[in-house]
Amino acid sequence: MALKVENLSKTFGGLQAVNQVDLEVKKGDIHAVIGPNGAGKSTFFNLISGFHPPTSGKITFNDHDITKMPPNKIAKLGIARTFQTTNLFEDATVLDNVIIGNRLRTKSGLWDAIFRTKREKREEKESLEKAYEALDFVELTELANEPIANISQEQKKRVAFALALATDPELVLLDEPAAGVNPDETEGISALIQKMADSGLTVCLIEHKMSMIMSLADRIMVLNQGKRIAEGTPDEIKNNPVVIEAYLGSDEDESAEVTNL
Amino acid sequence: MAKLLSKRNGLIFVLVVALIMPFIVPNDYILHVLALVCIWSISVYGINIFTGYTGNLSLAHIGFFAIGAYTLGLLTVKAGWNFWLAFLAAGVLSIILGFLVGLISLRTNGHFFAIYTMCVGYIIYLIIDKWDSLTGGVRGLIGIPGPASIGPITFESLTSQYYLLLFFLILTIFITKRIVHSLLGRTFIAIRNSEELAQTIGISTKKNQLLAFVISCFFAAIAGALYASFVRFIGPEIGGIFLGFEMLIYLVIGGLGTLSGPIIGTLLIVFLTQSLQFMQEYKMLLFGPILLIIVIFYPNGIVGAIEGIKRKTRQKRKKSGPNKGYSGIEEVS
Amino acid sequence: MDLFFQQLLNGLSNGSVYSLVALGLTMVFGILHVPNFAQGAFYMIGAYVTLTVMTLFGIPYWIAMFISMLAIAFLAVLSERIIFHPLRKAEALHQMMGAIGILLFLVAFAQVIWGPNYQQMSSPYGNAIGLFGITVTQQRLIVIVATVIIMLILHLFLTRTMIGAAIVAMAQNREGAYLVGINANMVAMLTFAISGILAAAAATLASPINLVFPGMGDLVIMKAFVIIIIGGMGSIPGAIIAGYILGIVESFGATYISGDYKDIIAFVLLVIILSVKPTGLFPGRVN
Ligand SMILES: Nc1ncnc2c1ncn2[C@@H]1O[C@H](COP(=O)(O)OP(=O)(O)OP(=O)(O)O)[C@@H](O)[C@H]1O
Ligand SMILES: [Mg+2]
Repeated sequence: MALKVENLSKTFGGLQAVNQVDLEVKKGDIHAVIGPNGAGKSTFFNLISGFHPPTSGKITFNDHDITKMPPNKIAKLGIARTFQTTNLFEDATVLDNVIIGNRLRTKSGLWDAIFRTKREKREEKESLEKAYEALDFVELTELANEPIANISQEQKKRVAFALALATDPELVLLDEPAAGVNPDETEGISALIQKMADSGLTVCLIEHKMSMIMSLADRIMVLNQGKRIAEGTPDEIKNNPVVIEAYLGSDEDESAEVTNL
Repeated sequence: MAKLLSKRNGLIFVLVVALIMPFIVPNDYILHVLALVCIWSISVYGINIFTGYTGNLSLAHIGFFAIGAYTLGLLTVKAGWNFWLAFLAAGVLSIILGFLVGLISLRTNGHFFAIYTMCVGYIIYLIIDKWDSLTGGVRGLIGIPGPASIGPITFESLTSQYYLLLFFLILTIFITKRIVHSLLGRTFIAIRNSEELAQTIGISTKKNQLLAFVISCFFAAIAGALYASFVRFIGPEIGGIFLGFEMLIYLVIGGLGTLSGPIIGTLLIVFLTQSLQFMQEYKMLLFGPILLIIVIFYPNGIVGAIEGIKRKTRQKRKKSGPNKGYSGIEEVS
Repeated sequence: MDLFFQQLLNGLSNGSVYSLVALGLTMVFGILHVPNFAQGAFYMIGAYVTLTVMTLFGIPYWIAMFISMLAIAFLAVLSERIIFHPLRKAEALHQMMGAIGILLFLVAFAQVIWGPNYQQMSSPYGNAIGLFGITVTQQRLIVIVATVIIMLILHLFLTRTMIGAAIVAMAQNREGAYLVGINANMVAMLTFAISGILAAAAATLASPINLVFPGMGDLVIMKAFVIIIIGGMGSIPGAIIAGYILGIVESFGATYISGDYKDIIAFVLLVIILSVKPTGLFPGRVN
């Protein structure tokens, strides 16, 4: 198991955002997390990546207990993530945005900066190579020197992917990577996620676009009001009456999508 | 032509002008003002490293300027220390205090941080103002010696002092440039961009902010110590929040988070103030609105605005020009 | 014992002034989401407007105060429209710089118009009277009573009107006002107006005791920041209570510890509080 979540809960004030959720993610899998708006999906990711301390429960990643770790340490262990709303540095170029991804694998500090030591130069070069490698992976090499402000929404998503990849992760958490992207481009994003998994990465994916989930995911977990209501292969989930009911009870479009599949 | 106007040549030109200044200025007064510009600029570079590059507003900065000035003043006047030893002590003390203040204050976020540091700054000011027996209180501290000679080099004349201050300013700019263009600088900028994102990619935001804070305090204290030795007299008002605001204005108008912004902003406003002698006291009547206009319309100051225009014309040229597909890395280091 | 009551009364009257300024500040915080440094300048200009109206036109104290409240409300709304509204999507740093810009401009403006000197404001309540065996200046009692009345009026407005409810919601939570379904622009302007009114009232009440000068708002605003952090950002009752507490603690601190360092109390208090609890005493808001 790459990631193991046991009995995880998070309360905000009186609200049970995540309620006793268990999950096991196998290495190399694409594991989707779905659920209606406000189900606690993003919060679940926030717990794994260390942004919120869990109220109770345990998270293990490659046999490390990461339950109480701060986000930067978790990133170092090899968990990367993207956010629901991409927040890149608009004024800087694509390349500048991605180079910093390798920072956690470098050691240069103030001394190295002021004296431009060998280590600084070597690590700068490594970071640049890493960044190009990542940009290559997401097929954005041509846009490397373009400012973020000039590129499309879908390209920004790819930059966010590249930044995550530049941290050299084993597990990536993607929060609605296809939100705000048109249907054609969604295919491209899907292909990219598949490519990530094929290259050996473990992927956890939150997404509302059902067709995308059904074709990509190896396994799916369904959250509703913070609770895990189902977990299984896409086929199992599709035919699960509890899931269908949860969706019927909330978002019209999505429920239509689920039942139409 | 374009080659001639390159960044490097521009830099060399500015440097040469700065070096021959003592021989071309019409009177000592202007040289005196230029020397002050060097001092203010060093302090403003300090604010820039922290506020400009990591994006937090510290209102304690001016307090560290005062700490530097008073450390040098007290150690030389009251304890009779050697000038350079006292100078060094001012720097070391600012690092220690900056570390302690930063360690605690950086646990707070955003506006709490601004208010926390404002309180720290005000406490420093009040201590200087009220601890009469040590600091001389409102009467101030007089008779601070100028920089002691180093071997054969003396700093008796105004010209030599100007060169000394210029040296420290250039050193400050050099260090800032090295930091900004390093992985560490990229880290600072990533934190300014988004603390959340920075943490996600494995950056310890608090550790880096603390480092930037300490560097910033160090520059402030060095500037303060230089000020004390140049003006030879200090009073509690050099720790006052309004002087702090003034330095912030230099930075914001010049360009937050830019390399040349601090010196451009400081030079511009100090000389504008000088030429508007008649409104010395009321200069904020002019600079207040200028600050507001800059903040609203040019959030990255004069330098940021110029860079924006440059970028736009470059893009236009790129789009219309035939050689569209170039993909060299322009300037990574 | 006399001294005790004397100090209690002084503390209550100073605390009244703090509370009024902090009240406006904490409400505006809900809209700006950054500390409004300009509030101290509103306070100072408020005192000058009252003084000018009184001395130049011979208008009575209370009417002058009313005029000043209107004038400063206008000034506050103006600054919201011209400066803060365009900056509402900017970084916090720039919003704070905007507030600082207004502050510096207004202080310089006051220096030009009214000069840098200390001026006295005479109120009809300059006399000292005997009360429970101690002598107090009437003005101090006036400050305390007037503050209570102003707060009561504000309370009625905030609880009995729709827009008042929206302001309270906004002070605690930016989205609150949208939930109530009220024009956010309107709420923003009104909140600034209220903060201006409170600042002008506080300044007019305090001036006959203290003095009127361009820097009179500096310490008050800095202490008001301390108060709203102690009271919990956005909390109206918190600001009021913390304001009175600070006034009283300072008053006793000056008498029993050291008059020189009385002004340091607030700042040391805050530094200690934030050092122990970085999110403030009442971290009600979740970002
Ligand atoms: N920091 C927070 N403080 C308080 N409540 C929060 C916080 N973060 C999330 N919540 C609440 O927790 C619940 C779950 O939110 P979450 O963002 O995890 O949902 P989601 O499944 O990602 O929804 P969506 O599909 O809309 O992104 C919501 O009711 C939300 O309001
Ligand atoms: Mg979400």
